[in-house]
Amino acid sequence: MSINGKAYIVGAFEHPTRKADNQSVAQLHAEVAYGALQDAGLTKDDIDGFFCTGAAPGLGPLNMADYLGLTKLRHFDSTDVGGSSYVMHVGHAAEAISMGLCDIALVTLAGRPRAEAMATGTAPRTWGANVPDDPFEMVYGRTVANVYAMCAMRHMHEFGTTSEQLAWIKVAASHHAQWNEHAMLRKVVTVEDVVNSPMVADPLHRLDCCVISDGGGALILAKPEIARSLKRPLVKVKGHGEATKNQNAGYTDVTFSGARWSGPRAFEEAGVTPKDIQYASIYDSFTITVLMQLEDLGFCEKGQGGKFVADGNLISGVGKLPFNTDGGGLCNNHPANRGGMTKVIEAVRQLRGEAHPKVQVPGCTLALAHGTGGLLGTRHGSATVILERE
Amino acid sequence: MATPASNRALPAIAVDPTNKPYFDAAREGRMLIGLCKDTGKHFWYPRGCSPFTLSNNVELVEAKGTGTVYTFSVMRTKEPYCVAYVELDEGIRVFTNIVDCDLDQVKIGQKVKVVFKPTTGDSPPATMFTPV
Repeated sequence: MSINGKAYIVGAFEHPTRKADNQSVAQLHAEVAYGALQDAGLTKDDIDGFFCTGAAPGLGPLNMADYLGLTKLRHFDSTDVGGSSYVMHVGHAAEAISMGLCDIALVTLAGRPRAEAMATGTAPRTWGANVPDDPFEMVYGRTVANVYAMCAMRHMHEFGTTSEQLAWIKVAASHHAQWNEHAMLRKVVTVEDVVNSPMVADPLHRLDCCVISDGGGALILAKPEIARSLKRPLVKVKGHGEATKNQNAGYTDVTFSGARWSGPRAFEEAGVTPKDIQYASIYDSFTITVLMQLEDLGFCEKGQGGKFVADGNLISGVGKLPFNTDGGGLCNNHPANRGGMTKVIEAVRQLRGEAHPKVQVPGCTLALAHGTGGLLGTRHGSATVILERE
Repeated sequence: MATPASNRALPAIAVDPTNKPYFDAAREGRMLIGLCKDTGKHFWYPRGCSPFTLSNNVELVEAKGTGTVYTFSVMRTKEPYCVAYVELDEGIRVFTNIVDCDLDQVKIGQKVKVVFKPTTGDSPPATMFTPV
């Protein structure tokens, strides 16, 4: 069974805040849900499917369903694979809709790590008690930054990737962010700016890292009959793939990501190839994340990511593969330390023709959104969706 | 310019009933690794089941305690430290720290040997590596 054509993204909303001093996490969920409903032309009581993650306050979806007043729910899913969850939720919602388990699904994400002064990338943190790998990793000061950095270090060793090549990814994101009035970092940067910024975890510099921001976003998916009755452009879910990757029992290889498996699954379901993709939202917790995922999704040969991203190839209107035209996690925002939601939202904007005119891909009808959640160099979730403007 | 490894305070390790034998051996200065007796293959990290067959036909065996740096990163915090995956001579790659050296000289492929570093209170020592 395929989800191709069985569900549409009918509503999308990104919270404009980047520092939510005056809103609780639950209230941010309410504001993004309301925004997405307004965008779709629907109301709260139309929702019969609800998707959130462990980042939502409470027990699975229960406390948020209560706060939001969702009384008609007959399907829910709180699959949590970190920042990739919201890309995966698009696939799961399309599956549920295709099976008739719900007709209109709401996906929400919100968080305020910045207002809460959370040390996100450079302080050891884990996911709770009884995690079996923790006794073998936490004592070593495992952080988000150094685990991604170890992937970059090995990638450089095996393939000759350079810091300057990684820097081009940030440069491209900054070129896009300059047009986004909500972006945290709107200044256009150069390769020299990136490689001369302070080292965080060798070989990743400060400007190789994403921003830390508050905010969130929401999506609404609906079955085809409902989507066609609404007034928004039709954005069809065409394919979805998911995977997990880990240390493979000690035979680990940190030079590739789960995109190697989730990507082909999504492309097969969609019946398209990487060459067909006109716009790509690529998870950008760090520059190395983007580079490895581009290779693993098949946009270039393995090991050639450095050459692929150099010289502005990811800049809209300049290069062959416009990516993260909102500025992405590297420059725009990374709400709740989870970038999957905004990846889908910008892909929807591109397909609707509603991206900023300076970065809009002309005639964009086929887009990809991809997320990596958890830790690239230890264990992570991987989700790919392919969306089409009808 | 050199970056000497800091002697940062190490947090307590969450020992549980299944991994306790590993950490008991660490207290004696021995590094153990998992062995799946169904397949004869070593595995990391130690656990009560085989990640190859899921059976509990596993045991902990002593590793030689030597290997090479597979990858690493120096965390440039106030107290710099080096995380790494070390490939043991037995073929498995373990998450660890490289210690007791100039962190600016750590390299992929470098030969290292195991050392044990005290953690907090009664918690067992951490299994780390230092250049040979």
